[in-house]
Amino acid sequence: MSDAALHNDPEAAAAQRRYLATRVVIYGLLGLFAVVYLTPLLVVVFNSFRDLPEIAANGLIALPRSFSTHAWQDAWSTFCINGTCEGMRRNFMNSLWMTIPATAISTMLGAINGYILSKWRFPGSEVLFTCMLFGVFMPGQVALMPWAYILGGTGLSNTTAGLVLVHVVQGISFTTLFCRNFFVGIPDDLIKAARIDGAGFWRIFRKIVLPLSPPILIVTVIWQFTGIWNEFLYGVVFTSGRAQPITAALFALAGNETNVRNYDVMSAGVLIAALPPLLIYFFGGKYFVRGLTQGAVK
Amino acid sequence: MTTLTATTTAFTQRPAGLRDRLAGWVPFAVLLPSLVASFIYVFVFTAWTLYISLSDSTLLPTYGWVGLDNYVDLWASKRWNVAYLNLFLFSGFYVLGSIAVGLILAILIDQRIRGEAAWRTIFLYPLAVSFIVTGTVWSWLYSPNAGIEFLVRRLGFENFEFALTSSRDYAIYSIVLTGIWQSSGFAMALFLAGLRSVDQDLIKAAQIDGASPFRIYRRVVLPTIAPIFIAVAVVMLQFAIKTFDLVLALTKGGPGISTTFPAIYVYDLMFQRGQIGQGAAAAIMMLLALAVVLVPYSLYLVWRRRREATDV
Repeated sequence: MSDAALHNDPEAAAAQRRYLATRVVIYGLLGLFAVVYLTPLLVVVFNSFRDLPEIAANGLIALPRSFSTHAWQDAWSTFCINGTCEGMRRNFMNSLWMTIPATAISTMLGAINGYILSKWRFPGSEVLFTCMLFGVFMPGQVALMPWAYILGGTGLSNTTAGLVLVHVVQGISFTTLFCRNFFVGIPDDLIKAARIDGAGFWRIFRKIVLPLSPPILIVTVIWQFTGIWNEFLYGVVFTSGRAQPITAALFALAGNETNVRNYDVMSAGVLIAALPPLLIYFFGGKYFVRGLTQGAVK
Repeated sequence: MTTLTATTTAFTQRPAGLRDRLAGWVPFAVLLPSLVASFIYVFVFTAWTLYISLSDSTLLPTYGWVGLDNYVDLWASKRWNVAYLNLFLFSGFYVLGSIAVGLILAILIDQRIRGEAAWRTIFLYPLAVSFIVTGTVWSWLYSPNAGIEFLVRRLGFENFEFALTSSRDYAIYSIVLTGIWQSSGFAMALFLAGLRSVDQDLIKAAQIDGASPFRIYRRVVLPTIAPIFIAVAVVMLQFAIKTFDLVLALTKGGPGISTTFPAIYVYDLMFQRGQIGQGAAAAIMMLLALAVVLVPYSLYLVWRRRREATDV
């Protein structure tokens, strides 16, 4: 572009050369960015298999020269976090038992709510929908004290069930928004025809709406699963020690300054915490992106 | 089950009986629990926290009325002032940086490149993992004894210094950089969707007029996707206001109080220092900050929709 001679030269060869030059620049820049984006991932993957002495000698950002899986075993079942030496296994299971029910319940409720708010509108339903939407934006900090009080009063503090409740209530607004915006696109005539044929509320939902819903249900499930799995504030405030979800446990593990820097075990711990959402992302990437764009633009 | 019988009665065309009228209430009845839960979550919780912020609560919520005392104390607190100045600084760099990087990536990917899906996957994966994971890994990379500084020194640049997280003045930029690393893929995805939606005839017309690619982007493409810039900025500002885990994992708000954020201040006062009243006041200030971003944005959306409706 800067070369005036090339710019004025109409010959195909020059155009070809310029095309190649821009291609090199484009792929060069993309490659550079890719290195920056991938380095942290490669660093933790490599270090989870390297020996600690080798890490200490060569630094964290280096190609592996040793190989062992003991860091994974330590991080999973024996490493000490907050005085309990059981690794992260229990916290991983806590997160699963928190995330799966909370995702399932909030998605089901969202689907039904979305169906009602798009196909069974009643006077005032739009206003109620708008009110529900506030839940999407509310900062968790505003809900901390009330939740602490409610969870304490119902005996649910320091339990996974308590976290499920918190995430379901918070999640309803997201899932309802997603599903409602999708169901609005289902033609009303379809519903009307079914009603004339005598189908009722649940029958229309089961026979017409649900069969059309897999795309939005997948988006919602992925969104909720990654969001709830990665959530930290509620986990760290409402649970402690062995009852903590994986994010809080990882913070306790990696944030402990008095620990000798066990980068190998911590790397394995990081990956244990990151793997479920990463796997979902790699296999459901298309839906993941769709969820993002839908959540933002609408 | 009751609805199934209700539908059969409707089918036999009996005049609206009790069952039919009950069936009419089914949607509302089904919606009710969610409505109640959301209503409590949004309004009761906010009112509750607001009330606590006006009370003399310390270790436990108590309800002695002290008016705006907690807010006065809050704004007199040096730490809170550092926290919200940090929020301004961070928001500015983080939003602009994410938009810049995201836009560059989107434009690069939009050049009919090979393996587009693979590139997109690489730039977007950070968004799938938690801030705790990101913050932890980057805190190692910033660590002078093992991370980037260590690597560059080993490569022969003995005097290279890159100890962001241990410097009072620069620790905030480690959070900015990491935040951009995590979120720019999100901006990229939105921009890319926007670029793909631009009318191709418009671009062709500009090409025929002999406009350079740079000019076409600046004059034709980017103005048409202006609403996406605003949407991205609003979402990013929301992230910024709620920033909590990333900072804890990276710097724990330190060194000293240099990277305190509002969300950390709330957490600290409520659960570490037993000053629930002032913590609640800080939480309400966070809510106000979100409102300052979101209320104008919703008004703008309504205005745009109206304008589109009248234009057509």
